[in-house]
Amino acid sequence: MTSKSLSEKPVGVVGAGNFGTVIANILARNRKVFLYGRNEKMIMQILDKRENRGYKIHKNVTPINDMADLAGQCEVIFPMVPSEHFRAMMKKLSPHLHPYHILIHGTKGFDIQLPKGETLESIQYLDRSQVRTMSEVIQDESVVVRVGCLAGPNLARELAQRQPGATVVASHFNEVIQTGKRLLRNDRFQVYENNDLVGVEIAGVLKNIIAIASGALSGLGYGENARGLLISRGAVEMVYLGRALGGNTKAFLGVAGIGDLVTTCNSPMSRNFTVGYRLAKGETLKEILDDMEEVAEGVNTVRIAKKCADFYNVRALITSTLYKVLFEDMTVPQAVQYLMRNPLNVDIDFL
Amino acid sequence: MEIVEKKNKNKLYKPIHEGIADWPVYQLSKNRKEFLDEVAQKAIQRILQLRPSRKLLIDELETTVYREQNRMKRNRWRVDPKDENKFWAKIKDELVELSARTPDESPGKEEEILKLIVLRYAHEIAGNFKPSSYRFAREVTQFWFARLLNGARVKKFGAFFRSRYTLRDKIHIVGKVKMLRRLARKGTVVMVPTHFSNLDSILIGWVIHALGLPAFIYGAGLNLFNIKIFAYFMNSLGAYKVDRRKKNLPYFETLKMYSNLAIQKGAHSLFFPGGTRSRSGSIEKQLKLGLLSTAVEAQRNLYLETSSSDVRKIFVVPVTLNYHFVLEAPDLIEDYLQVKGQDRYFPEQDNYGSFQLIRYLFKFFTKGSNISVSIGRGLDVLGNYVNDEGESIDAKGSVIDTRDYFLSNNSITVDKQREDVYTRMLSQKIVSEYHRINRVFASHLVAFVAFEMWQRKHSKLDLFSFLRLPEEDLEIPYAEFCETFKRVRKEIYNLKDAGKVYYATHLKGEADLVIQRGLDNVGTFHLKRPLLKNKKGNIITRDLNTLYYYHNRLVGYDLEKFI
Repeated sequence: MTSKSLSEKPVGVVGAGNFGTVIANILARNRKVFLYGRNEKMIMQILDKRENRGYKIHKNVTPINDMADLAGQCEVIFPMVPSEHFRAMMKKLSPHLHPYHILIHGTKGFDIQLPKGETLESIQYLDRSQVRTMSEVIQDESVVVRVGCLAGPNLARELAQRQPGATVVASHFNEVIQTGKRLLRNDRFQVYENNDLVGVEIAGVLKNIIAIASGALSGLGYGENARGLLISRGAVEMVYLGRALGGNTKAFLGVAGIGDLVTTCNSPMSRNFTVGYRLAKGETLKEILDDMEEVAEGVNTVRIAKKCADFYNVRALITSTLYKVLFEDMTVPQAVQYLMRNPLNVDIDFL
Repeated sequence: MEIVEKKNKNKLYKPIHEGIADWPVYQLSKNRKEFLDEVAQKAIQRILQLRPSRKLLIDELETTVYREQNRMKRNRWRVDPKDENKFWAKIKDELVELSARTPDESPGKEEEILKLIVLRYAHEIAGNFKPSSYRFAREVTQFWFARLLNGARVKKFGAFFRSRYTLRDKIHIVGKVKMLRRLARKGTVVMVPTHFSNLDSILIGWVIHALGLPAFIYGAGLNLFNIKIFAYFMNSLGAYKVDRRKKNLPYFETLKMYSNLAIQKGAHSLFFPGGTRSRSGSIEKQLKLGLLSTAVEAQRNLYLETSSSDVRKIFVVPVTLNYHFVLEAPDLIEDYLQVKGQDRYFPEQDNYGSFQLIRYLFKFFTKGSNISVSIGRGLDVLGNYVNDEGESIDAKGSVIDTRDYFLSNNSITVDKQREDVYTRMLSQKIVSEYHRINRVFASHLVAFVAFEMWQRKHSKLDLFSFLRLPEEDLEIPYAEFCETFKRVRKEIYNLKDAGKVYYATHLKGEADLVIQRGLDNVGTFHLKRPLLKNKKGNIITRDLNTLYYYHNRLVGYDLEKFI
């Protein structure tokens, strides 16, 4: 199987973090892969020891640090960088891109474009034109139109161990979905198709909010009943918020929605979960963030989602309560009490 | 009151091609038979791809016959050919006979039937451009328009025979005119105007001629051909007919192939991508993708079939037409409200025959109701702007090769689904261009402000209950109106600075004067005026529905929050 596809063009991965490295390894089973990293030292390390971030590197992966070279050699590129650096990365990559390129990203976060001098706190309202998903950033910054995204329950560590797992490739273009599927699929990794690109992206972003709440419940010592309640009500809230932001209901019920949500809410290692856990133990947000290496995407997402929910008049009880816990002076037990007293008890009203 | 545009740069443009013989549309009509055969043949190929088995094809043909017979029973028009009934009855008989037989007994029979249908459709759709009648129609319009205009304007005996005023004083063409002329020389232009009135077709024909462009092939609704005077002009202007009643696969494919091949052969084309006149009076938000997709497909095919680098490029040019007054407004808005109120089908109705149209034209020339036509920047088939050289450019101004959009693994590939997405992208771009190049008139703005103010006062009512309010109860004190008007006008200035809309020069200046202009012009010739002043000088309406129609023109700019 590999011999034929290896003769085709190599594929590129931008971003040699945990997820980027693991995806590069998965792709390397089917094709030659160029893995772009900013850091020279990391590249030397991969060349010398065939290792990065504790993962062994497949022999088909070649580290590279020249974007022009990457875009010149690869028609299909997987950008895998955190949302806060995504636009800057695209600005650098963009001059080398052409309309024949296919970009499939794996970043779960929003990009915010505010007028000069404004911050998320100072701005009067936040609407969809200021909140961009990563596929929209790609289209803003480059001529590439054939864009897709990867989303789903993909914990890098488990993927690296070749445990069974699945992902969704979403795009408006069948061509992109089929390409992604051909490149990623192996006997331990299922690939599902979805054409609601924006819905899948948003599902991946919003689930981080619920993950923080899930951590908080664990921090209070609550068990599975509470989590079950949170996950199911959280899913409903994601549907409402997601629809306001331009996704369809279906995307939230699939692998990238429920699938990813359940996984993240049950994984104590995730950064978002940890934030919630430590909040419930009585630490302040500042203390927690100060000694975390990377920003948990979910904290930012709560701020953005709260503003958007206000603007679009969406019922988002968990998000707005969590906002009060994170940025105002509500405590986690107060928040739980508040939510449990909520009188609105319709189970499902979005189908 | 007469509105005179200050910046009226209208001038006479020289034709870009010397003789009619050089026009692509003439070449097309000269080889009409070969062309139609090619259309039919390729449309059949396409249909056979879509319905690959004998059974599927027969099912499709049976559906087609059923729908056609239904249409003839329910909704016959004057233009429909007399032998229709006979034709379809015969096809039906043949189909019945065919289904009784096995495939071996009559191989290929179903394809023969398909060919009959497609050929018939192709001939029905095809326009018939004749240089002699084109010239004649053009002269007639010009001559009579000018006579009418002068007779009406200069109130002196004998003025009827002078040519002091021309249409150019009446219709203002603004925007990227030079660019359009250049692009028409460099490649094939697909012009896509907004559609508000039946008059659009004639108006745009005049515009094309006034700009010195060769005749375009036109996609015109078949219903227009019911009106004899229109039918004559349209036929001679190279129009092809789009029949919206025929919603069957063979018809769609034949129509699209006609447009596709004509564009590929370099005939400049024009169709209204909204599909039908805007019922609500707002600028189109959703376009029909069928004909639009033919531009994308034609471009891909040109790349596919031409190996050299000088592939003829296709340029999409959005155009907005701005009226103070739309003849059909009361009926259009009635349709719209009916459909919105309860989802039901409404047949295309034209309550205006030749006589009403001529009367309208006369009013149009005698009274001060100007029309402006804004030509947008050229786009490639992906919706990228092009520069004066016809090269596509990205947001940062670098040149893009349009060919790259159709590449996969270094070769041009045919991917229907990909092109569907491209068509959708193009349509979104066209819609946003419509809003951007739209010109706000004083009449649009007074209608918008008054309607929004009333609606705000009755914010508890839904739209339909609001529209049922008795008109006598509605009155806005002038001072209050004037203040709001100024506030919204200011916002339009801001939008213009942000590059989101244009406004006519008459919108500027003393607010009282501008409001007066607006009131004088908004739907002036309707039986019941949508907006006027009463004796106290306050603002009142006599027809809320029609006011709603004119108000809708400015929906979509988020101006409501400034009321």
